Amino acid sequence: MPRPSALTRPFWDACRVGRLTVQRCTRCQGYVFVPQEFCRHCRSTTLTWVETAGTGRIVTYTVVWRPQTPAFTAPYVVAVVELDEGYQMISNIVGSDAAGAAVGDRVRVRFVRVSEAVTLPCFELAA
Amino acid sequence: MSRASRRAVIIGASNTRQARTLPGETSGSVTLAATRLALGDAGLDLADVDGLTALPGLDYASGSDAFGYALGLPTFWTGRAVPGPAAVVEAAQAIEWGLCDTVLLAGGQAGLYTDRGSVAPWTRPSHEFIECWGLMTPAEWALSAREYMHRYSVKPERIAYIASVIRNNGSRNPEAVYHGRGPFTPDDILASRMIADPYHLLDCCTTSEGGSAVVLTTAERARDLDRTGVEVLGGGWDSWGPSYTHPPTYDRAATWGRKAGAAAFARAGISRDDVDVFEFYDNFSWEIVRYFEALGYCEAGEGPDFVAEGAIEVGGRYPVVTDGGTMSHSHTGESQRLQRVVQAVRQLRGESAANQVPDARVAVVTVVGEVVLLGV
Ligand SMILES: [Zn+2]
Repeated sequence: MPRPSALTRPFWDACRVGRLTVQRCTRCQGYVFVPQEFCRHCRSTTLTWVETAGTGRIVTYTVVWRPQTPAFTAPYVVAVVELDEGYQMISNIVGSDAAGAAVGDRVRVRFVRVSEAVTLPCFELAA
Repeated sequence: MSRASRRAVIIGASNTRQARTLPGETSGSVTLAATRLALGDAGLDLADVDGLTALPGLDYASGSDAFGYALGLPTFWTGRAVPGPAAVVEAAQAIEWGLCDTVLLAGGQAGLYTDRGSVAPWTRPSHEFIECWGLMTPAEWALSAREYMHRYSVKPERIAYIASVIRNNGSRNPEAVYHGRGPFTPDDILASRMIADPYHLLDCCTTSEGGSAVVLTTAERARDLDRTGVEVLGGGWDSWGPSYTHPPTYDRAATWGRKAGAAAFARAGISRDDVDVFEFYDNFSWEIVRYFEALGYCEAGEGPDFVAEGAIEVGGRYPVVTDGGTMSHSHTGESQRLQRVVQAVRQLRGESAANQVPDARVAVVTVVGEVVLLGV
């Protein structure tokens, strides 16, 4: 499970209250994920956390049948999701129709609470 | 010494016996055994070694330092690459600059993969934005393969064909862990259980144990030795940032190794057509397509046609992974990178244990973003 650092804690704290956030540069307006200390587009250190719409599309995905560790139940869907803001993140596609995921499908965030401390932002296929 | 006589050549290259497990062995003991074999192959002694890049097990932080000290060397040059193609280039540069005269590249693994309920320890990324979604090595590599296959409408059997070719090479190789397990057809690959769609079990590398080592020295020193020196013609390596951290999309994977390949061919002063043997890292079947495209043998999307109909089989124009690679020969965690170099050297010396390519003069070795061109 994620062990947040000072840099990443705001992301996980927001997930716990059902908000998907991302770093945004106040200078060039670029989005930065995964979190880092300065902007990947213009190197400015003026990054702030903003909430995203939580919608996007599947860039690519894989259905995993051999779990990483016994903590995961196969099959599960790992995907690269491109958010509508234009940045990408790895996540899981969840929901009863997840096995039908395809490249290009529209998705929206769905928070999955796994413990007191951790809520994972996953995605489900948009109707 | 003139610049020409300081040119680096590979003078020794050996694998220990490779097996699914080597009871009683440790990562240190198999790396030592490989060291002895490669120095013996070269006709050199440990006392000749004044530089090394070593990775026993997964000791990335201090492998070279610790292994060099354990060998009893007083002081020694160390490389920073994981032993493999980039480490060959790095060692050649160190020798040519006069930083050292004889470099040992060594690695091996035994006894580390004991929790068989999980995937192998070197395939479980721990990154905060990766691990929690169950991403492991086959899934990471499946993501770019899936995207490519979608974009260029590639049917799974085109990719399965590649795995069948490599596994058949290994099946014919008496030194391969899975010797005699073939022949395989593309249908056999597709019939194996799914691991991470589109990769079936037989599209993926295996896991095993063993050691490998390579010795480089100056061209002048090599003239006094009995063995054929293999020249380091050119090379390079591209990083794409930390692996298992950022989304491994096809657009990112496609460019990995392109600059390194261009630099390798430019320095070697040879054309793509001059290469006889293609020792590509075959951790997953589609990667062979990616390498041919990244090295400029064909355009993006053309790879599945390029490799088809025997082109990459021994006897074809572009024979790949002639020892059976990680799918059949051996995959130890990291020293399989050196196995690609060892097999290229054996091909160029005409000493392959199986699948010898007649009159092989130039080999290209690639491992993810690393490239080296070797020639005799
Ligand atoms: Zn910026």
